[in-house]
Amino acid sequence: MISGAEIMVKCLQEEGVSIVFGYPGAVICPFFDELYRTDIRAVLVRQEQNAAHCASGYARALSTVGVCVATSGPGALNLITGIATAYMDSIPLVCITGQVRSDVLGRDVFQEADITGACESFVKHSYLVKNTADLPRIFKEAFHIAGTGRPGPVLIDVPVDVQTGTIEEFVYPDKVNIIGYKPSVQGHPMQIKRALEMIKNSKRPVICAGGGVLSSGAKPKFREFIDKTGIPVVSTMMGIGIMPSDDPQYVGMLGSHGMKAANITIHNADLVILCGARVGDRAVTSPDQVVEHANVIHIDIDPAEIGKNMKTSIPIVGDMKNVLGKMLSGIDYTTPTEWREQVSAWKAEYAPKPQYFDNCVEPKSFIASLSKIVRPKAIMVADVGQNQIWCANNYRIKDGRFFTSGGMGTMGYSVPAAAGAKAARPDRDVIAVCGDGSFQMSLNELATIATENLNIKIIVMRNTVLGMVHELQDKNYGSRYAITELQAVPDFVKLAQAYGIDSAIAYSNEEAEKYAAEMLKNDKPFVLVCNVDPKTSSI
Amino acid sequence: MKYTLSVLVENHPGVLSKVSGLFSRRAFNIDSLAVGITEDPNISRMTIVADGDEYVIEQLEKQLNKVIPVIKVRTYTEGEYISRELSLIKVSCPAKQRLDIMKIAELMGAQIVDVSVSTMTLQFADTLEHFETLTDLLKPYGIREIVRTGTVAIEKDSVLFRK
Repeated sequence: MISGAEIMVKCLQEEGVSIVFGYPGAVICPFFDELYRTDIRAVLVRQEQNAAHCASGYARALSTVGVCVATSGPGALNLITGIATAYMDSIPLVCITGQVRSDVLGRDVFQEADITGACESFVKHSYLVKNTADLPRIFKEAFHIAGTGRPGPVLIDVPVDVQTGTIEEFVYPDKVNIIGYKPSVQGHPMQIKRALEMIKNSKRPVICAGGGVLSSGAKPKFREFIDKTGIPVVSTMMGIGIMPSDDPQYVGMLGSHGMKAANITIHNADLVILCGARVGDRAVTSPDQVVEHANVIHIDIDPAEIGKNMKTSIPIVGDMKNVLGKMLSGIDYTTPTEWREQVSAWKAEYAPKPQYFDNCVEPKSFIASLSKIVRPKAIMVADVGQNQIWCANNYRIKDGRFFTSGGMGTMGYSVPAAAGAKAARPDRDVIAVCGDGSFQMSLNELATIATENLNIKIIVMRNTVLGMVHELQDKNYGSRYAITELQAVPDFVKLAQAYGIDSAIAYSNEEAEKYAAEMLKNDKPFVLVCNVDPKTSSI
Repeated sequence: MKYTLSVLVENHPGVLSKVSGLFSRRAFNIDSLAVGITEDPNISRMTIVADGDEYVIEQLEKQLNKVIPVIKVRTYTEGEYISRELSLIKVSCPAKQRLDIMKIAELMGAQIVDVSVSTMTLQFADTLEHFETLTDLLKPYGIREIVRTGTVAIEKDSVLFRK
């Protein structure tokens, strides 16, 4: 005989899961009790939302499925923002929640919430498990659905009696058979042929690279493709890190908060090749203007993204790695030198300009110099707000990674996501950059970091305002700062020290750079507070 | 423009809410949704009538396809399918009007399924256009209540959706 809880743990082992992020509660106890007897590491976060963000950082750092676990009711509800954040950025998660006994479901008992119903619009799929015997199939399907096709979060809600119920024996299915789920990964040969023809006839092509290039593991193929063709590249925020920032062929991040040169490039192109990018409103603010003068080839694993936000001339549904591989074998094209030179000129002309203020760290140039001192393959995690834009446009990425909550823009993402990334890659520099607003949304995780030995470096841009909205109020609301002034900003140095974490505050770039160099020398967590002038702009 | 879609789904609990939730959150306008088990008890078939332009219907079809328990989606083109809707219509009907309403029912091919002292209930299974004609004819007598199933549709000839 084997219990449901034991089956759940065995399923995780079958899937090669070595760590889960979670928070306990009465109706998930059977599961955690079984997990306790194995060598799967269970990291206790300080609020469930952060369990999902940790799992997200972990999943991104290892290109695997991240797992988070919470109890029923409030525990599950706290996960929601984390799940939605992962959904918007196509991050593969399996989220396990405890649920009240199945015979009292729907009676509003203590800590009952309809979590599968609540999450419906931002999970890739969800299950409410009714029978212990269904657990192996459901876990197998959940991991498969989360990690294949366009990745995304899958929720498994397990009533406590399903966890305590028993069946005769545990058999993990070899394969899944879901008739309605067969992602097209190959890319239609005819469409690829047409696309190659269209590239051949273009004079001013540009590639817009998004998160799909990274999640499909297509980075080497992508490199090969752009080396062969010389096509200039712009990226979305999710696509940062596909190419080194200083690569002459890379123009920068595009969009309302991106580099002017990238926007000018896409608006002057005669061909836009969208690679695993969904053309969100922040990336391309006026897609109709772009298509007025440009053809669009859109390659994406999710057919629903093609044509959703931008009119497409040639749709190619498939996995980026497969499609680029096929395109590479047929491509014979070199980008006209004139166009390449023009793009480079724009890039040089519109480089970001630092703004220095007394007794303050200039965040843009500090982020740029930080990128010079991190070790190879460092993981940079930007939060949301001005800090995100400073990082996106000024972090000179080389061979590392850049994580952020791109689609949902969830404040408080960076610290837990960085902790998850550090759990995945203890050998790498993992840096979280946040503002004093976003830091205060997840600073409770300093406890997790301290106790779990997740030695991340946290940089807090302390400007005493909610900068992004503050800036918007300057622009559109007559500088009326309605609830954007963080009046009682705590002493973050003392706060970090209270958790046993070393910390310092910097009032100039020299100081900040000195502390940064010191903190990167050892493998201990560190909170570096940078005093920033509230007048510093995002761009 | 009105479009008719057929959707095959796995017959699991919760599938209907996954599909119907899609309409509100993606701001699609639907006129009707009818669902029932097919000849295979593991599979249900939905017929959806939606309002929108080509872009909206293409998006609707693609988003439906993303729902994991959705097996197949198809938007019908004019003339390739037959559609019917069942309705029950309760009309005010004092004794002196019985004959009139019975004549309308006979003319339109509606069945009388219930009669009371003051009302008569007709059952009508036909196209949307004929339904509108019937209700126009009955309106002067006073329609008290209408219940409709929503449209169901099937391909013409020997064409099978599930092949």
